[in-house]
Amino acid sequence: MNMTRRQVLMLLPAAAVAWEAVLAGTPEAAPNYKTTEHWWGMLVDISKCIGCGNCVRACAAENNVPEGYFRTWVERYHVSDYDLADPVVDSPDGGKEGFPLLAETGGKNFFVPKMCNHCADSPCTQVCPVGATFVTPDGVVLVDKQYCIGCRYCIQACPYGCRFLNPKTQTAEKCTLCYHRITKGLTTACCEACPTGARQLADLKNPNDPIHAFLRTHTVQVLKPHMATGAKVFYNDLDGSVR
Amino acid sequence: MPVQGYMYPNEIELAWSVLIVLYPFITGLVAGAFILASLERVFRVDEVKPTYRLALLTALAFLLVAPLPLQLHLGHPERSFEMYLTPHRTSAMAMFGFVYLWYLMAVLVLEIWLDYRRDIVLLSQRAKGVLRIIYKVLTLGSSNISEAALRVDDRAGYIVTVIGIPSAFLLHGYVGFIFGSVKANPWWSSPMMPVVFLFSAMVSGIAVVMLLYMLSCRFRKQEVDMRCVDTIAHYLFYTFLIDFGLEMLDLVHRIYEADESFRSLDFMVHTRLYMSQVVGQIYLGTLAPIALLALTQLLKFGEKTRKRIYAVAGSLTLIGIFAMRWNVVIGGQLFSKSFLGYTTYKVGFVAREGLLAAIFLTLLPFVILWVLVKLLPPWPKHEPVAQGGEVAVQGDD
Amino acid sequence: MSRFKDSEHLLRVALVFGVGIIAFVVVRTLLVPRSFGEFGHYRGNAIAEIAAQPVQFAGHQACEACHSDIVEMKNAGKHAGVNCEACHGALAKHTEDPGTVQPMKLNTAILCVRCHEVNGARPKSFPQIVAKEHNGGDLPCETCHQPHSPLLVPGAKP
Repeated sequence: MNMTRRQVLMLLPAAAVAWEAVLAGTPEAAPNYKTTEHWWGMLVDISKCIGCGNCVRACAAENNVPEGYFRTWVERYHVSDYDLADPVVDSPDGGKEGFPLLAETGGKNFFVPKMCNHCADSPCTQVCPVGATFVTPDGVVLVDKQYCIGCRYCIQACPYGCRFLNPKTQTAEKCTLCYHRITKGLTTACCEACPTGARQLADLKNPNDPIHAFLRTHTVQVLKPHMATGAKVFYNDLDGSVR
Repeated sequence: MPVQGYMYPNEIELAWSVLIVLYPFITGLVAGAFILASLERVFRVDEVKPTYRLALLTALAFLLVAPLPLQLHLGHPERSFEMYLTPHRTSAMAMFGFVYLWYLMAVLVLEIWLDYRRDIVLLSQRAKGVLRIIYKVLTLGSSNISEAALRVDDRAGYIVTVIGIPSAFLLHGYVGFIFGSVKANPWWSSPMMPVVFLFSAMVSGIAVVMLLYMLSCRFRKQEVDMRCVDTIAHYLFYTFLIDFGLEMLDLVHRIYEADESFRSLDFMVHTRLYMSQVVGQIYLGTLAPIALLALTQLLKFGEKTRKRIYAVAGSLTLIGIFAMRWNVVIGGQLFSKSFLGYTTYKVGFVAREGLLAAIFLTLLPFVILWVLVKLLPPWPKHEPVAQGGEVAVQGDD
Repeated sequence: MSRFKDSEHLLRVALVFGVGIIAFVVVRTLLVPRSFGEFGHYRGNAIAEIAAQPVQFAGHQACEACHSDIVEMKNAGKHAGVNCEACHGALAKHTEDPGTVQPMKLNTAILCVRCHEVNGARPKSFPQIVAKEHNGGDLPCETCHQPHSPLLVPGAKP
């Protein structure tokens, strides 16, 4: 087919738009991914979480998480009255199969999904003796399971209890923010499976990401702010009783 | 019920086992035994001279075993050399490989070699068979044991010991920092942790050398040098007072400030950790030996009674310091970081990180010490030798 | 001269140490992974290795390509924000080979109560029922509700 230069120039923008559409839907967007263009975090909306456990199950399915260990889990809180220091908390099997009927009556009850907070000043990264766990340039804390020696120091250093030793690989493991998905333009498995939008992936470096508007207009917190970990999982409507 | 209250799901199973309790106990004995040896060498406390060589060999025996509990604990021990390849400078644990190697080679082995060199040369000339080869290798090819050469050795050994004292502090102090620098764990996080570890190390090291000396005198059918053990017991007593003072300071401070972790930790100490902390570490392991030693400082007892008291006090001390390591490591993992619950430590028996492995690793240093004592006898020739076929050695007396 | 003679053995020690240090440096240079330190104190290749993990959930955009009719129905109702795989499970394999790999048949009696059964802590505004009172406990929800757009099916028994 003979194309004049003019015809090619006119087709190019259309081709680019079409290409973008293709890329958005396919998992093969990886080659275009630049770590320096992203700074990942997550938004968890307590007011929307219904404790269905979809996220826990989806994460386990996506990442082959061993039974009895959790890359993410859901906690249920019962705060009886003004005593914020004594909540009743349960998380049956991490909330994987949802929650049974709450025994306590009255008070204030809600769910809190937990996961790795992908701390910007990560204490787990600080203590790794060999450099097997690290923060990527796009803000995700990962574990190199080919290099990890299984000393478990990082597990001790995490204030949030999000790490465990994988009994099969004998290396430290935790939530990877579904790095293999987010670098392909997909969202994390837990966000994909959440039916109410309580979990939303956030790219803090993207000016168009809805999290910026959300953070400006809502009351948000991170877990254990006194630890100064630079946690990047933001909680909307987080109660003071949450540990 | 293994879990009481609420634990984060990944916290229920303990990450650090009894082997991680054993490691600081062993390096503590190393540091403590070395400090006792340095008392004679650097601070000229002549009374403890009979234990000098024994203390060094004890330190070496325990130091050789020290990496073993760690290797057994690692998920990938075959990758542990990575600490030498790419040590992460922000991690206290990354120091281990280098501090260990430095202390083993540049301090302990060097000092033992310098002190034993004359004996090694003599043994290399008198021994037969495989032993002769071993001694010959140990001489590094030099047979110069003239007065001048030995003076050089003495001077060099002095310098090595002087460097060795802060090295011993580093060898064990960094372990205290490994725990003390973990902000996530309020049972561990404290600037006092390295200091408490060090003083309890000195206490345990002094106690173990004292016990081994008395035991070895028994085996060799020799008189115990009472001036020696009295002096050691003296040092043990005062070091123990400092150690106890530091631990009490930590306790009082916690109770007074009563921060968000206090209620949870207090409950743990009164329930799951009661036997090992209150009974094992404080009553039996600290107050009892201090009281016994105080008695010997205040009242005049006969030789036999003093020896018995020292033996009991020394043994209780070792139990107490082991309990302290247990309470730090295991205690720090029994409570939830949510401060809402507690778990239990299930220690297996035949498992990789089980009791059997721990017992074996505790006994192994004594076996190694026995070999070392045979290879490099700490005591002078005129003492009767325990077994036939042994080469007696002219010790430097 | 004699002074050196008496310290000569110390030189031998120094030699042993020197050889040891050189050997250490050589071995170290050989064994450190090539990509280590590329982006920070870790193996640079690890990032690509982790990113290469296979995907199990296809993501709702993939479903919309073929099942636009369902999506249209879903977008008209209360389940507009519920992604397909939230109920149907991980289906990346189905998108790769739609003919062979079929999604499992779902049992609405079990599936729906996971979200909609009262458990005491769900937000008050969220639609929740006590299954025993609502439908006797074992009547499949789809008897009266269209799962993709859960309005009552017209003509169904209330």
